[in-house]
Amino acid sequence: MYKLTNVTKTYSLGRNAVGALQSVNLTISDGEWLAIQGPTGHGKTTLLQMLGALDRPTSGSVEFEGKDLAELREADVGRIRAKSFGFIFQTFNLIPTLSAQENVEAALVPLGVGASERRARAADALGDVGLAERRRHLPSELSGGQQQRVAIARALVKEPAVLLADEPTGNLDEETRDEIIGLLERLWRENELTLVLVTHDSPVARRAQRIGVMRDGKLSVEVLGGRPRG
Amino acid sequence: MFLTYLLRELRRRARQAILIALGLALGIGLVITVTAASSGVKNAQADVLHSLYGVGTDITVTQAPSAGSGGFGPVGFGFNSGTRTRPKAGTKINVNRLTTGQYGPISTASVTSISHLKDVAAATGALTMNDSKISLTIGNFSFNGAGGGGTSGVGGGGVGGRGRFAPDFFSVAGVDLSTGALGPLSSARLSSGRTFTAADATSEVAVVDVNYAKQNKLKVGSVIAIGNSKGKGTNFTVAGLVSTPSGTGSDVYIPLAEAQKLAGAAGKVNTIYVAAANSTDISAVQKEISGLMPKATVTTANSLASQVTGSLSSAASLANRLGRWLAIAVLAAAFALAVLMTMAAVARRVREFGTLKALGWRSRRIVGQVMGEALAIGLVGGVVGVGLGYLGSTLVSRFSSKLTATIGTATGSGTPGGGRVFTPGGFGGGNFGGGGGGQLPRGGFGRLATSPTLTVHLTAPVTISIIGAAVLLAIIGGLIAGGFGSWRAARLRPAAALAAVA
Repeated sequence: MYKLTNVTKTYSLGRNAVGALQSVNLTISDGEWLAIQGPTGHGKTTLLQMLGALDRPTSGSVEFEGKDLAELREADVGRIRAKSFGFIFQTFNLIPTLSAQENVEAALVPLGVGASERRARAADALGDVGLAERRRHLPSELSGGQQQRVAIARALVKEPAVLLADEPTGNLDEETRDEIIGLLERLWRENELTLVLVTHDSPVARRAQRIGVMRDGKLSVEVLGGRPRG
Repeated sequence: MFLTYLLRELRRRARQAILIALGLALGIGLVITVTAASSGVKNAQADVLHSLYGVGTDITVTQAPSAGSGGFGPVGFGFNSGTRTRPKAGTKINVNRLTTGQYGPISTASVTSISHLKDVAAATGALTMNDSKISLTIGNFSFNGAGGGGTSGVGGGGVGGRGRFAPDFFSVAGVDLSTGALGPLSSARLSSGRTFTAADATSEVAVVDVNYAKQNKLKVGSVIAIGNSKGKGTNFTVAGLVSTPSGTGSDVYIPLAEAQKLAGAAGKVNTIYVAAANSTDISAVQKEISGLMPKATVTTANSLASQVTGSLSSAASLANRLGRWLAIAVLAAAFALAVLMTMAAVARRVREFGTLKALGWRSRRIVGQVMGEALAIGLVGGVVGVGLGYLGSTLVSRFSSKLTATIGTATGSGTPGGGRVFTPGGFGGGNFGGGGGGQLPRGGFGRLATSPTLTVHLTAPVTISIIGAAVLLAIIGGLIAGGFGSWRAARLRPAAALAAVA
């Protein structure tokens, strides 16, 4: 599914240049669960942004299903993002003025899905994460765990090929963390997703099939005993 | 989703949205009020001009009287001055004298020539005159050479004193009945009775100004005596009462032929009213007439408007200069406020927009959202602004004091027999015996003061076009604010936006 070749990302900060990624090479297969671990500021989120086409590399190529995301026009990248990538963020990033249902529907808007179908699919997605009865609530009326569930529903409502989660349990307590990771794992299995999960939490990382470790912008990957999907 | 998101967002930052809307409303309301007041001033100026020259008149043509002529039509009491004979006490003097005021005679052939000019739609002539009616009884007086005796009059006694003295002065306009809606009667509105018909051309029928009629207890069917050049009165029957836009115009209107007969001015007029075929032809027509009549004063509405002084002129200046610039300044400030606050709101939502981009929302959709919010605020500001504008213009119409407009007069002769001013009780002298005083010059007392001051009430009409302009301003304000804000949103790169601190 993914093939990253010599991907480098350098940020210019005034007179200084920061090398967030340094010649990263990575292949991710369809349906794989890859965890990216590492200390803060070593490039985990930057790598996730490359995978999700939220940013472009300074050099190298990021191939997704045979297309180099770095070379595509912004409009084409946007279309791929809308259709194929689902994002989950550490801070949930729900739209504060929209209800849980409307937040989930927002993911279907770029796909041109009609209003009634959007409502139906959003309701189903919320049901899948156990929040059917909270669909009219605003994010401010939901707990952290509930907000993250809404975010998961939003990410999955469009049936993406890839789920990209950046520290999804970073703002949650231990019990809720386990709940959310369990939910993600279940959904990964049921929907045959490719899941790339960034975390600094080792117990969470060890649930994946492979762990990639980012250190100083360089990536090393280890296989965890070939943990199967089923 | 678009409307839901828009309304929810506006509700979230309601205070800020209200502030922006109020700022826009204030600017727009001020623009409407000032524009309406300007419009009202223009209407008042037009009323002033129309009341003087009638509706449809683009150009007037007059001519100064020749020196010493005192206009045309001799004026006098009908007895010689310079003698030492004085009338006996108890002698009744009744004089009703018509004089042609400040303008000199123009042949009606000139009216015809002007009407045949290329760019002239119509031309008509009129005879504007002043009627001076004096009724007095010579009282008992003693002559002591020192000017004592009578209670009035230089040189002791003379008329007045214990005599009865009832002067009446009114303006008379002889109007050409064949030229319809042009001339001094064209802006008048019928109050009662009827106006002239073609059959009245040689009849002793008059149409009277409603204010003059009220003051002199005249009504339809009354008889009014109009003087002639020999000082004798001719009775005219009042056929109708009219009012003019600014409450002025002539006091009495009679058919031109009758006016010419009374003034001893056959084939003459003293004012020509000209309507150009097109408003763009006025300057050309002015030049043509000046070429045709080099000695005439050819005045257009524009040149007359520049002669208007008085508080109407000051109000026009105030509305056009101070008012306009104030409105522009307030509107610019309101737009700037809207832009700054919209950009600040976008800055606060950077992470939100980054998330939407991560979900696949295109930049133009996010830009549309921001523009929609700004436009909604602008429209609310526009609606409130229209309300404020109505309120402002209503207050102007209701509470503005009456304005005056004084028109500069055409040149008249300043020589004796020309521009004299009658001062009742101030004359006396040799004609009546007694000492001192002066002789009343041959030609008698002169014409009335002729710098008309008109009173108008300022209104501030709000028209559909003003409202339309206000709505347009509101939309422009919204678009400007939205444009700046959304330009910022469009430039966001998702990764940078997501990294922004909320």
